[in-house]
Amino acid sequence: MAGRFELLSEQGLRLDGRRPHELRHIKCKMGVFEQPDGSAYMEQGNTKVLAAVYGPHQAKGKKTETNDVIINCQYSQATFSTSERKNRPRGDRKSQEFKMYLQQALSAAIKSELYPRSQIDVYVEVLQADGANYAVSLNAATLALIDAGICLNEFVVACTASLSKSNIPLTDISNIEEVSGGPKLTVAALPTAEKIAFLEMSERFHIDHLETVIETAMAGCREIRDILEAAVKEHLIHIGSAADWGRVC
Amino acid sequence: MSVNATISLALDRVDWNALAGNQEKLPRVFTPGEVLMPEAGFMRGHGTFVEDENIKASVAGVIEKVNKLISVRPLKSRYVGEIGDVVVARVIEVQQKRWRVDTNSRLDSVLLLSSVNLPGGELRRRSAEDEQMMRQYLDEGDLISAEVQNIFEEGTLSLYTRSLKYGKLSQGILVKVFPALVKRRKMHFHNLSCGASVILGNNGYIWISPTKNEDQEGGEGGFAQNLSEVVPRHEREIIARVRNCILALAKCKLMLYDTSIQYAFEESLKYDVHELLQQHVIYDIGEQTQARLRDADE
Repeated sequence: MAGRFELLSEQGLRLDGRRPHELRHIKCKMGVFEQPDGSAYMEQGNTKVLAAVYGPHQAKGKKTETNDVIINCQYSQATFSTSERKNRPRGDRKSQEFKMYLQQALSAAIKSELYPRSQIDVYVEVLQADGANYAVSLNAATLALIDAGICLNEFVVACTASLSKSNIPLTDISNIEEVSGGPKLTVAALPTAEKIAFLEMSERFHIDHLETVIETAMAGCREIRDILEAAVKEHLIHIGSAADWGRVC
Repeated sequence: MSVNATISLALDRVDWNALAGNQEKLPRVFTPGEVLMPEAGFMRGHGTFVEDENIKASVAGVIEKVNKLISVRPLKSRYVGEIGDVVVARVIEVQQKRWRVDTNSRLDSVLLLSSVNLPGGELRRRSAEDEQMMRQYLDEGDLISAEVQNIFEEGTLSLYTRSLKYGKLSQGILVKVFPALVKRRKMHFHNLSCGASVILGNNGYIWISPTKNEDQEGGEGGFAQNLSEVVPRHEREIIARVRNCILALAKCKLMLYDTSIQYAFEESLKYDVHELLQQHVIYDIGEQTQARLRDADE
């Protein structure tokens, strides 16, 4: 671990001036498209993601026999999402991997028993990649699912965490911290139930620190959940009030 | 030929949320996973589930209480059919003794051969000949209006068109909006005074067509499709205007029913049809219509 760059300054601030437990600024918007059943836009620092959900609709082909819902995800990164332009074809390894991770985390949240013989399509596009791409994608996908009126057990949110050289856990790491060589731990969780839906680690660190780093990521998840919940409520109030709650009463 | 292009600055972006302003009493909204109340003494309905002896919401929306039944209604979702709903649907497949149609619901719907009126209007058993003729009646891609007759266990809807007001649709425009925006009413077929007819499908599919003469309508049996008749230009303009008005109302998240469409149409008359696609015009129509609807309510 000798080559690792120190992520915390002497004053205890990170490279972008945050404190160790601070999240990046989160901005989100629901119902950004007209065509899909649900859609959302999410910004976490400079990472910007669009998500669209189609369905639940009839599953195509042989899959109709199953009594469970089929969750079909697609993850892609825009050509201009990173500092160097790079044409990323849809089927490359990394996006295939992220796609499976998204499926795994979302299937923990969706109440699949309510949707027999159906399929839900989730499309995620990263417009700007600045670290924690998977986590932000999942958060955007959750918002889009809620916008589509799909039954969920609860919010499924993801957050990343890292460990500085002085063994202080860091929440929500940005791209520069990612490439500076710190370990990266991604946790997707159901925060209220305190269940972990998905966990990934990119580099080794001592097992003694694992618990604190996971707890840091979980704390980040809880914080993100509260932010998302407030955003959902505000969105509902806006679209409900326009029609004087006519569709309700 | 010169073409006027309207380019608006990002600064002049329309703030859609302004339409939601000045509300006094807001209903409480719930988000997935939020606890509604303890389970004891209550029954859980749609949009809820039980965990740790609490009833929790599984969708984001408002609570609905009928006696002891608690449910949460999402403000936006796929079409959830109810028996007796009027729907506009598109045929996607011709199968044995049935058509598979798309109604924007969770699963594809079916229209059985036995639940349509055969051309000519005679009532008899469906023979093998009728089965071979199915594609002549309704082909893939055809649009129909129908009513929900039955809901199967898994949620598949069974439709019927055994009434002269339902059947194949011929000339007009289809508009798709979110199903929740269509208000449930007694009447879903309207002849607007401006000269267009609309069918407000409960499933969010809306059909706009020129108003037909009453005497033509009888005895069609629901399969006549007159594509050769030329609709005059002014009627087409009216239809286009109604379409843009409906889309404007949907963009402003206002409920769609005969009165709101009528008001929006009247408010839109000060603009040209093509101007109705501009964001600030859409906002203006939404605002005016909302004000008139609120006035009418009081």
